[in-house]
Amino acid sequence: MKSTLKYVLAMGLALQVCVPMAMAQGTKGLENPRSTKFHSDLSGKTVAFLPLSMGFDLTEGWAAQMRKQADRLGYSFEIRDPAWSTDAGTRALQSLIGEAPDLIVVHNPDIQSYARLLKQAQAKGVKILQINLESNTTTDSYVGADWTEIGEQAANAVVAQCSEGKGPSNKVAIDTGVPTAASDVFQLDGIYRVLDKHPEIEVVSQQATEYNAEKARSIMDTVLQQHPDLCGSIGIWDNQDTGTASAIKQAGKQDQVFLVTSGGGNAVGCENVSNGMFDLYISYNVPLQGDILNAEIARLLQSDAKAGDNKAVYFNPLTLIDKSNVNPRNCWTLDALK
Amino acid sequence: MNWSLGKMLKTQEGVVLALTAGTLVLFAIFLPSFLTAGNLISLVRSMSILGLLSLAMAMVVISRGVDISVIATMVVSVSWVLVLQRNGVPLGATLLFGGLLAALVGALIGAVIAYGEIPPIFATLAAGSVVYGAGRTWLFKLEMQNVPPDSSFFTAIGNGQIFGIPVIIVVFAGFCVLVHLFLTRTRLGWALYAMGNNPAAARNSGFAIRPLTVGLYTASSLIAFVAGLLIAASTNSINARLYNSTMIYDILLIVVLGGIGLNGGHGRVRNVLLGAALVGILLNGMTILNVNFTTQNLVKGVVLLSAIVIDAILNPRDEQTSQQGDL
Repeated sequence: MKSTLKYVLAMGLALQVCVPMAMAQGTKGLENPRSTKFHSDLSGKTVAFLPLSMGFDLTEGWAAQMRKQADRLGYSFEIRDPAWSTDAGTRALQSLIGEAPDLIVVHNPDIQSYARLLKQAQAKGVKILQINLESNTTTDSYVGADWTEIGEQAANAVVAQCSEGKGPSNKVAIDTGVPTAASDVFQLDGIYRVLDKHPEIEVVSQQATEYNAEKARSIMDTVLQQHPDLCGSIGIWDNQDTGTASAIKQAGKQDQVFLVTSGGGNAVGCENVSNGMFDLYISYNVPLQGDILNAEIARLLQSDAKAGDNKAVYFNPLTLIDKSNVNPRNCWTLDALK
Repeated sequence: MNWSLGKMLKTQEGVVLALTAGTLVLFAIFLPSFLTAGNLISLVRSMSILGLLSLAMAMVVISRGVDISVIATMVVSVSWVLVLQRNGVPLGATLLFGGLLAALVGALIGAVIAYGEIPPIFATLAAGSVVYGAGRTWLFKLEMQNVPPDSSFFTAIGNGQIFGIPVIIVVFAGFCVLVHLFLTRTRLGWALYAMGNNPAAARNSGFAIRPLTVGLYTASSLIAFVAGLLIAASTNSINARLYNSTMIYDILLIVVLGGIGLNGGHGRVRNVLLGAALVGILLNGMTILNVNFTTQNLVKGVVLLSAIVIDAILNPRDEQTSQQGDL
């Protein structure tokens, strides 16, 4: 009786081990036709990236992520670097239209310069994905910051500090970059949408810095001489606003002037939040933008729709960084993206 | 010297001086807070870095050269200093390496011009992109480099004051005195004027033109390095993009506006100060008036153009006054 039980148990055990083994040997699993198609659709495609310039946090971050996906999925990815020159960018775009890749990722220097060429490219069947700086032309896709929203958020933060009875005064300074960039025109619109509802806020200075930190510093230095009771300042980009922040620090007014700026959330920008140079840093989160870009690239390359037929826009969420949430999740380094 | 107004207005320097004084008076009358100690210090400070770079440019221009590569040398050497500091290299060593790099670049450019006999404008234009490209490829990846947060050296320069005057102004003033003494009191300084006036004659009279040229461009690069350190201290960061900005034109604007002709052989430190004063007063006044960007550029352009036109009317060019290489 005892031995029979043993026998049965042994049989059961053997079955449990052997049956799945036999099944696995008999079939090798199911091919997922969607996976096969996904990979075969994408491999061999060509994607070109036309940034404003390489070598700064935003474009290096996006490029690192786009290249990583291109390597994984086997499509080619190349960069045409016009090094801040709109002329060189226009020529690069023209020659790309001639070469006709499957998709061009474009970073616009302003809302006008590339507009016609982008239409031309789509007419030739090249899909266009715009990143972070828009052109007046809507194309197959735009991924990036909503500059109007950034302007509104920045203005709201300053209003909260400087409206009636809150700060040392109601005076606010704005420093912009280059007056024709999407980041400037739309952000200013956002700022004034909010400020127009708060007539007590007085904009005492609105100056262009050409993204030059030293120029931003000397402007803020002069403004503080004229308005020692300045309450707030809105800057258009973290890379230049280190200068604005330095002027405020050198005047010993870090506790008085509330400085809001925005940027891609690079650790270098975050460092200026933790050391008290920036009071609020509105980040458009480059790693997140890179992920969305990659999803859009894959979608557009697989899609049978003709270039320019379907138009999509996605404004990615913003991260408001202050001293309380400077952390590796919000602040990225280039090495971590590679 | 005969300081009669008529005589003075017959030089470009005089015209610019009159323009500067006129603007100064106008702003002083119409902008209540323009003529305060605080604003004047802020004005001088804002021009100190451009002024320092203009001093370097002035020396080169006096010798009938031009150094378009100063900005590239400046951003690359100082960005490297900051990268090295981030990697834990002690401050003294980083400054030494940065200075050596700038000096090496300057000496190489000088050698190409002196021994290769390449015109300075082409040599330095090309060298600028080589220096910038090499720097971006091997020395640093991102254009923007922050000063390490705990750097007391940069804080002392950026925030420090000596008798109420910002350190940056003191450094600029020190270089003004040095360059002035060099140009007026030393044989090497006189040699620069000789080179600028007539290079062939200078060589025939026994000046060692080639080593001098190498030394000159080395000095210009070293001054650019110092200017870069001041920028880093002043804004807590340096952005290599300055290489792609209009900064080099601002420097040439100061030099030419101040009255140092690009044909070489003429000019003093006071010309640099004059050019810097006019540009600085205009920028400061327009910032206070909150004039927009496009109008500011328009005003800058009109001022430069009118200085040139008035100069051309008062001092018409003829065969005797024009020189070879006159632009």
